[in-house]
Amino acid sequence: MYRIEPDALNELIQVLQKEQYAVIGPTLRGEAIVLDTISSASELPVGKTDEQAPAHYRVEDKAEKTFFGASVGPHSWKRYFFPPTLKMFSARKDGESFEVTEDIDNPESTKRYALLGVRACDLSAIQVQDKVFGGGAYRDPAYLRLRQQAFIVAVNCTRAGGTCFCSSLRTGPRARVGFDLALTEVVDQGHFLLVEVGTDKGEAVLSGVQRQPAKDEEVEGAEHAIRAAAQLTGRSLEPDQTREILYSNAEHPRWEVVGKRCLSCANCTMVCPTCFCTTVEDVTDLTGSNAERVRKWDSCFTLDFSYIHGGSVRASSRARYRHWITHKLASWVDQFGTTGCVGCGRCITWCPVGIDITEEFRVIRETYLMNTRGKSST
Amino acid sequence: MIPRPFVVKKVRWETEDTFTVELTPREGRSKFDFLPGQFNMIYLYGVGEVPISICGDPSDSVLVHTTRAVGTVTKAMAKLGRGDSVGIRGPFGTSWPVAEARGKDVVFVAGGIGLPPLRPALYEILAHRENYGKVVLLYGTRTPSDIVFKDELEQWRARFDLEVFITVDRATEGWRGNVGVVTTLIHKAGFDAHNTIAMIVGPEVMMRFTTIEFLKRGVSPDSIYLSMERNMKCGIGLCGHCQFGPLFICKDGPVFRYPQLKDLLVKWEI
Amino acid sequence: METLERILAQHQFFKDLSPEYLTLVTGCASNVRFEQDQYIFRVGDEANQFYLIREGRIALQLFSPDRGQITVETLGEGDILGWSWLIPPYFYVFDAKILDVTRAIALDGKCLRRKCEEDHTFGYELLKRFSSLLEHRLETTRLQLLDLYGVRS
Repeated sequence: MYRIEPDALNELIQVLQKEQYAVIGPTLRGEAIVLDTISSASELPVGKTDEQAPAHYRVEDKAEKTFFGASVGPHSWKRYFFPPTLKMFSARKDGESFEVTEDIDNPESTKRYALLGVRACDLSAIQVQDKVFGGGAYRDPAYLRLRQQAFIVAVNCTRAGGTCFCSSLRTGPRARVGFDLALTEVVDQGHFLLVEVGTDKGEAVLSGVQRQPAKDEEVEGAEHAIRAAAQLTGRSLEPDQTREILYSNAEHPRWEVVGKRCLSCANCTMVCPTCFCTTVEDVTDLTGSNAERVRKWDSCFTLDFSYIHGGSVRASSRARYRHWITHKLASWVDQFGTTGCVGCGRCITWCPVGIDITEEFRVIRETYLMNTRGKSST
Repeated sequence: MIPRPFVVKKVRWETEDTFTVELTPREGRSKFDFLPGQFNMIYLYGVGEVPISICGDPSDSVLVHTTRAVGTVTKAMAKLGRGDSVGIRGPFGTSWPVAEARGKDVVFVAGGIGLPPLRPALYEILAHRENYGKVVLLYGTRTPSDIVFKDELEQWRARFDLEVFITVDRATEGWRGNVGVVTTLIHKAGFDAHNTIAMIVGPEVMMRFTTIEFLKRGVSPDSIYLSMERNMKCGIGLCGHCQFGPLFICKDGPVFRYPQLKDLLVKWEI
Repeated sequence: METLERILAQHQFFKDLSPEYLTLVTGCASNVRFEQDQYIFRVGDEANQFYLIREGRIALQLFSPDRGQITVETLGEGDILGWSWLIPPYFYVFDAKILDVTRAIALDGKCLRRKCEEDHTFGYELLKRFSSLLEHRLETTRLQLLDLYGVRS
């Protein structure tokens, strides 16, 4: 474990830029902290924190000039390995036939990203998407290339966010695996950052930055702050038996209730760091001699997502919400071995009507426990 | 994965809205290897893709697809002529239990446009006829004018080693064939319920009731196979559209054993 | 050569009917044969029989001026034809036309009706079986009505 001074954070960014990485970090844009390319540590949301609640997001000032004082914003890191739009191939008309070429060296899919400020929940989300895009019989080559070329600097949370719930899902607040470097920002013993090295790649980059070995009490202080963040988390979601709970409650009256609230706006799927549904668009230019296929983010909340034979299978918003939460918490386990939810809380914050996934699941879970408790007592 | 160019060799109209295309690859190997039950994503230049079951003879070198012209892509396909090109991605998905059915009776039940996806399995079984017991094809359509593969059905009916029963929901004047839903043909089929494989394709409601009929007759749930359909954009388990509960129709299916679907089929809007 | 009683006993419809009742039914049964294109009964005929089809095919039809003779359902081997004999006012509501030469067992409905009135237990046994038959027909008719293979516009 090392200690670096606040100025060294800028050195880190410079080293990464010299290594041909495009450095991405949280930054203030208007009234939200989003992710974008940054060229210096001053572009991070210095001295800012956020206030998050269902359907509520505010950026606030805070006393200490921290770099990572806020929680996650509406952007998730999935947009870098799994871009919102991606050209899949170009086609050119050739008489009665056509030629198709894959854009292998498309800059969209060959960029080298250094992600600075990845929270533990988002790190788990990246691992979840690794299974989705890299674990099956068919893999996404663009995702795998971008992922393999990336450099990840994680950040441990020392403050519980307003809507997040990583501790109950065991996806945070401490970053455990999957990073090249992991930072913990400390402000109550002076202002410095602790750095944990995760890989050789991380060590190589860190060696270009002013650092010193961390003292035991500095490490302990950081541990204490991370543990406090875990304990102060307001929400929870019990990940056990999600399949039994959700599969057996497809006709629960709660679906009707949430279905009436849900606007099918698809915000949750856009901000969710693990949602991966896409659609494709085939377009031609005006002359028709060139065509392109573009992959775009899609959402299971759209009416035509499940369109077949003249109608949608999931026509009601009730059915679409049920599908989303069942997939996220239960079907995902059957498909990929883990739940798709990492507890980042974004869907709760960015839902315009404040639907809370932990609350909806709790209601269904309580019914399940009541029913099964009754059975086992006979 | 990018589409591979194929050239249209022949187009034949089966009914007013259903047609068959025969395709060969523009370059490379002239034989398209696939298993009965699998499908391709067919690409129409500049228009889009659509998933369609492969319905030709697996031992044949020509690639055959039969479809109804109902959506943007299939309507564009309907305008194709000899020499035009399409793109093919595939074959994808799971296949019919042709090997597992050896030594057993086989009952095919096709509803409406469900006959094309079953045809490759029927060809394969007929090509090794001695390995199977009784083989029966039950086929139900809306009206007599919706019957596809008419010529072939006549040939099959003439065989002694294959029983074919056809029925329509609605008769036209002069129709002397069976009238009634295809489930009413099952009791005519005369198969050994304890040693039979059933393969069913058609609208979901039809497949459910057909399955119930087989179960009533003592066929084990594990011996009943269905082919499912859902909206697909990628065909390879990445776009998320074809999910049916936790199952991806494109890679866990489209052919499923009934126990896999049992609890899902009865749920609404799943 | 199989006796009528044995044929009836083996049929799914009369399964588990007590021997004495089976004998009762056999007493009202007779073998019949119909040639192709013959009509077993027509709309409006008094419904005094029902038939257990042993071989052949029959079309249930009705006539409409604009569409001609329409077949609503076909029946064949093993099927039961006719239940109007059980339900007042006891008239057939469809035409039954022979498509393929048919051999059947005809059961005297009028005679059986009388026996049902005399012995309600026997009546219940027959009614149980007919309601099962009607339920099955209703299910298949409803599926037909759904027009499952039609294209959604």
